[in-house]
Amino acid sequence: MPVEVALSERIEAFLAELKRGGSGAGTLRGSGETARETTALLRRITGQAQWSSAGDLMEIIRKEGRRMMATQPSETTVGNMVRRVLKIIREEYARLRGSSEVTDQQESLHQLLTSGGLSEENFGQHFKDLRANVIEAINELLTELEATTDHIAMQALEHIHSNEVIMTIGRSRTVEAFLKDAALKRKFHVIVAECAPFCQGHEMATSLSEAGIETTVIADAAIFAVMSRVNKVIIGTQTVLANGGLRAVNGTHTLALAARHHSTPLIVCAPMFKLSPQFHNEEDTFHKFVSPHEVLPFTEGEILSKVNVYCPVFDYVPPELITLFISNIGGNAPSYTYRLMSELYHPEDHEL
Amino acid sequence: MADADETSKQAERNTNVGDGIAVKKQDIARAKNEGKELTKDEKQRLRKEKKQQKKNKKDDKGESEHENVPLPPSQAVVQCQSQKAPSVAPSLALTPVSVCTSEKPAKSKAEQRAERRARQEADRAAKGKKGESAQQPPSGKSKAPPNELQPVVKRLPEHVQVDDPAAVRKLAKKLERQQIPVRSEYGYKVSLFSHLHQYSRKAPLTQQISIPSTVIHPYIVRLGLQYSQGIVAGSNARSIALLHAFQKVIQDYKTPPNEELSRDLVNKLKPYISYLNQCRPLSASMGNAIKYVKKEISNIPCLCKEEEAKKQLLSCIDNYIKEKITLAATTISAYAIEKISNGDVILVYGCSSLVNHILCDAFDKKRKFSVIVVDSRPRLEGREALRRLVKKGICCTYVLISAVSYILPEVSKVFLGAHALLANGYVMSRVGTSQIALVAKAYNVPVLVCCETYKFCERVQTDSFVSNELDDPDDLMVTRKGKIHLENWQDIRQLGLLNLVYDVTPPDFVDLVITDLGMIPCTSVPVVLRVKNVDQ
Repeated sequence: MPVEVALSERIEAFLAELKRGGSGAGTLRGSGETARETTALLRRITGQAQWSSAGDLMEIIRKEGRRMMATQPSETTVGNMVRRVLKIIREEYARLRGSSEVTDQQESLHQLLTSGGLSEENFGQHFKDLRANVIEAINELLTELEATTDHIAMQALEHIHSNEVIMTIGRSRTVEAFLKDAALKRKFHVIVAECAPFCQGHEMATSLSEAGIETTVIADAAIFAVMSRVNKVIIGTQTVLANGGLRAVNGTHTLALAARHHSTPLIVCAPMFKLSPQFHNEEDTFHKFVSPHEVLPFTEGEILSKVNVYCPVFDYVPPELITLFISNIGGNAPSYTYRLMSELYHPEDHEL
Repeated sequence: MADADETSKQAERNTNVGDGIAVKKQDIARAKNEGKELTKDEKQRLRKEKKQQKKNKKDDKGESEHENVPLPPSQAVVQCQSQKAPSVAPSLALTPVSVCTSEKPAKSKAEQRAERRARQEADRAAKGKKGESAQQPPSGKSKAPPNELQPVVKRLPEHVQVDDPAAVRKLAKKLERQQIPVRSEYGYKVSLFSHLHQYSRKAPLTQQISIPSTVIHPYIVRLGLQYSQGIVAGSNARSIALLHAFQKVIQDYKTPPNEELSRDLVNKLKPYISYLNQCRPLSASMGNAIKYVKKEISNIPCLCKEEEAKKQLLSCIDNYIKEKITLAATTISAYAIEKISNGDVILVYGCSSLVNHILCDAFDKKRKFSVIVVDSRPRLEGREALRRLVKKGICCTYVLISAVSYILPEVSKVFLGAHALLANGYVMSRVGTSQIALVAKAYNVPVLVCCETYKFCERVQTDSFVSNELDDPDDLMVTRKGKIHLENWQDIRQLGLLNLVYDVTPPDFVDLVITDLGMIPCTSVPVVLRVKNVDQ
């Protein structure tokens, strides 16, 4: 059927984009864009695929979701959006079924301790409003996604006072918006660590200085040397893990240790869609490596074959080193992450 | 009266002493003969006046040497006091006469009080005058007698006073006198570092002097260029290159007709040192080497023939290099090998000649270990270390400094080199060293610093800001995917690039320092310095 073909073509196109985007140096598009595209695609699937009950829909979404996650395991926002949509489907189904399940849903702490009363539920019942409701809910999710950066940036003035020295690393669109918003009303100084070998800090620095903020670019090696003069460290991250730790660009762990040594607060600006139910000790999937020619180029040909060269992209930052998370729903401590997770995702969906 | 005879004899002996004392002696002899005993105060006064007279004699000699030898502060204070003393001494000399002849002890006490006040005022005035003439705090020297804990009077080095226009002008005048051009600053300097110089590598000092230069020896010109372009880098390499250049200078040196070698050669070296300082600020090891060379030169006896003197100096410099650098490396390597066991994974940072030497030695002694070389932008010195180790056949891994927390769980020891060891136990080394020590501490990996004793210096520092070196900021630019993001950083007013060269590591991150005197903790550096000073 033509609708089916168009849908699968879109899915294939999206998967190809994902694959290409991750193998370059750093991501070609921000994770916000990925999240929005994933959600749009899931909405399309909901609208156009053939399904009769909630269970069928969840099965289709799970299948597509697994495919998408397998294409690019390091891009966790894809999996997060899939899990959000699954939770939406469960909620809508429960709402249509009746109020008893709604009360069950509200007892989320109870639900955490017991292994979920809905596990016996097979979602077999057919409701004709389900499709429309789910699509509406996904639309709300999309609106929320579009506004995340603005919501985070709005909180900037609560955290930055004047004449501060703020340090950041690499390039994060969220942090950029955060700092530019604060710069409209306050004067402060930003130090950007360039984050070799991709040196995304350079782009960040040019963009900030063009917005009128006093910026300095330093090499990664100078992070500890200048930390004694820094008042706050504000960073972005790729993922927020289930224990409140971070999977951030490499060099962030060193930055966090230096901040703790000087008792400087470390603030992480991360929208909610980056929260992922993974833990960091999953050895195979945590680290991602790119081509070592970024570190030791082919011009060093003589020694290249005799040497092991590593170029990891991500770093793990334990939750003890983090002071505050700022997300689109407000600020929270790392110890609160488990609670936020239970509100966003259903425990059954942690493993897709 | 035996006493009276003695005093009169002394008076005859001291006929070349100033008249004041002779007159006084006669008076006192008269007083004794008249049966009056000298009061305690009068005896004290006598002693003090004798001291001043002796100082007067010394200062007459001291003034003639004033142009050649720089006066230490104590002599300057004495000079000022002695200038005041002659005016005071006659008044003091007069008063005993009046005291002796008067018959009322009460009046003499009032006179004594007046004299004491006059003396105090003279001292205060002398201190004030001295304070104007020299910009050093004189209080320590003028009050305390010399003992072991003599406070060291230091002058702030010029290279950390760039934000003070008076200091900059003073330097410019000094360089003009020595006919060396002043190097111009480059680029926007980050406000935290406005007290340091920042130069561009594309504008070396040699562009401003004529070649061949009439003032500076050609070897020194070449050396300065090698320093400023980074061709000779690393504290050992720079010191050895400096000493070899000095040897050439000494070989080519001819004493001018009316001068002494020991004084003239030191003066000849001063413009060279200023020139090298302009090309690249001197390191602590170079400073110690220069001090040694100057000391050796000034210790040459004046009756020594020129050829002999030159030969002696050349062999002194050879000995210094052999003892302090080459043999020290062998000793340190012998100590360090005890710390390397089979199966170790050793992490090194950048390119330290000493650490490379240790690893190559350990490999020769058949220890089985592997090495992880950590490197950082923009200097990328680790590649040089990597080449040397791979050539030797050691199994190596290479990462950038941002990946150090990924690789550290596999590391068993960290070996770091040092640029200098400061007197408060801080280690001054290439920027990034403190970061590696920090992360190693977090993972409980032992950190060992290897450093020769000639790099120990008496400075103290707690952070990396007050005294550092700023390298060319353009080095931070990089081409990624055909585009240079920071290409026009000079045009953007709010953008600054910071390229630090050194940083200081606190002693709690360092577990052991291996020196040629043994393995010591970081905090024992002042003890070693003291032992060295006593030896010399």
